[in-house]
Amino acid sequence: MSEAILRVFRGDANGGEEKEYKVPVEEGMVVLDALHYIQAEYDHDLAVRWNCKAAKCGSCSTEINGKPQLACKSRMDKFPEGQPITVYPIKAFPIMKDLVTDVSWNYEVNKKIPEFTPATDEEFTMYQEDVERIQEFRKCIECFLCQNVCHILRNHERKDAFFGPRFMIKIAERVMHPMEKIDRREFLKDEAGVGYCNITKCCTEVCPEDIHITDNGIIPLKERVADKYFDPLSWVLRKIKGK
Amino acid sequence: MSNGTGQNVLTLRKDAWWVEPLITATVLGAFGIYSTWRALSNEFYFSDPYLSPFYSPLILANWWPFSPALLILWAPLGFRATCYYYRKAYYRSFFLSPPACAVNPLRSNKDYKGESSFPFILQNVHRFFFYAATIILIFLWYDAIIAFNFRDGIGIGLGSIVLTINAILLTLYSLSCHSFRHLVGGNLDVFSGCPTRFRLWGAASAFNERHMLYAWISLVFVALADLYVFLLAKGIITDVRFI
Repeated sequence: MSEAILRVFRGDANGGEEKEYKVPVEEGMVVLDALHYIQAEYDHDLAVRWNCKAAKCGSCSTEINGKPQLACKSRMDKFPEGQPITVYPIKAFPIMKDLVTDVSWNYEVNKKIPEFTPATDEEFTMYQEDVERIQEFRKCIECFLCQNVCHILRNHERKDAFFGPRFMIKIAERVMHPMEKIDRREFLKDEAGVGYCNITKCCTEVCPEDIHITDNGIIPLKERVADKYFDPLSWVLRKIKGK
Repeated sequence: MSNGTGQNVLTLRKDAWWVEPLITATVLGAFGIYSTWRALSNEFYFSDPYLSPFYSPLILANWWPFSPALLILWAPLGFRATCYYYRKAYYRSFFLSPPACAVNPLRSNKDYKGESSFPFILQNVHRFFFYAATIILIFLWYDAIIAFNFRDGIGIGLGSIVLTINAILLTLYSLSCHSFRHLVGGNLDVFSGCPTRFRLWGAASAFNERHMLYAWISLVFVALADLYVFLLAKGIITDVRFI
């Protein structure tokens, strides 16, 4: 049985430092197992948020060797043997203790998104092709890794202006729903701040559910905003059609 | 942003994150230098029956004292400059905004506006460059067909194959464009009502998954196609005739 060295951030909003632990590595072990070992054997007060250990609850988002990822989905055997593994909290949100951050800003943003608004007086037969595009977005487990890696939130701190990738796909889910009746393009442009995104695709790279956040979510939203605000030909066609 | 964890260093990543932006900057920079030199040179762009793609369609007008390439290259240049893939590539490699995921950008300015203000708001006109580049592409296909028509009759030379492959690769790049995908069907909410556009959108989506690949190989090949015509026109090499 080999041994891994973990350097885990210990501290809170007032500061902290890396603390080194030696953890025996077993076959199939993930970083979250190593953190549990540290809790059990060394420091019982190590704070780490987790729940399912199956990459479905989105709780154990951390930065391992500087890369935002789920601790429960990061196998220990993928790291070079003998080299220390650093484990930090996600950077974009205020730290509470050790590896736990306060992600409540996301829930406040969620409240700002207008509810799904279907027509109530029309019958609608739903076909598979009408819903399969938005089913991809419903795979989101709200781990907020995309929010964390987005440089607009992480480095520029524009939480006042941009909702972030997670909520872009939430809006996309509603915009592309065949029964949705409200036009969200003004909201997207002015309140959600879709124009702030510069398509560097880090959100897609870190998504543990492999949702194509930019290609299938944000870019189609940008194109819909372009239809309304940046495309005079589209405007003329809409006028001719009386829409 | 200071969250007390010491994550304010450039990055905690341990992998070679800088390799990708470095390669991107090198290749894009080399293409930019080569294409600028060739566009301004105004010579060695035709070797019967081959016309360099940088000069197609060839517009020779008395009122234009500069290289004819400048009359047409704005279209493919604008198409690539506003392309959703290239935006990712050059924002990362030239603007370092950010250079890689979970790596600090060059500037962590709090007044960041991304593509919501001038000049980057102009990225929203991507579809118009798509229209213009499609017109150029029609001429490139014409050139590819003409490239089989030699003075001594119909034949096949290496240049015929090069110009044909060039037109095919540029077509793949155009068909995989995000704006094209939106315009052929992505802007619909109810696919079941428009089965033809749903199929077109499906095909465009399949091409779109390889947009990055087509972007790179078409970029490199168009330069190689021009280089081949340049070398022929200057007499450095002679064309290989198969038939």
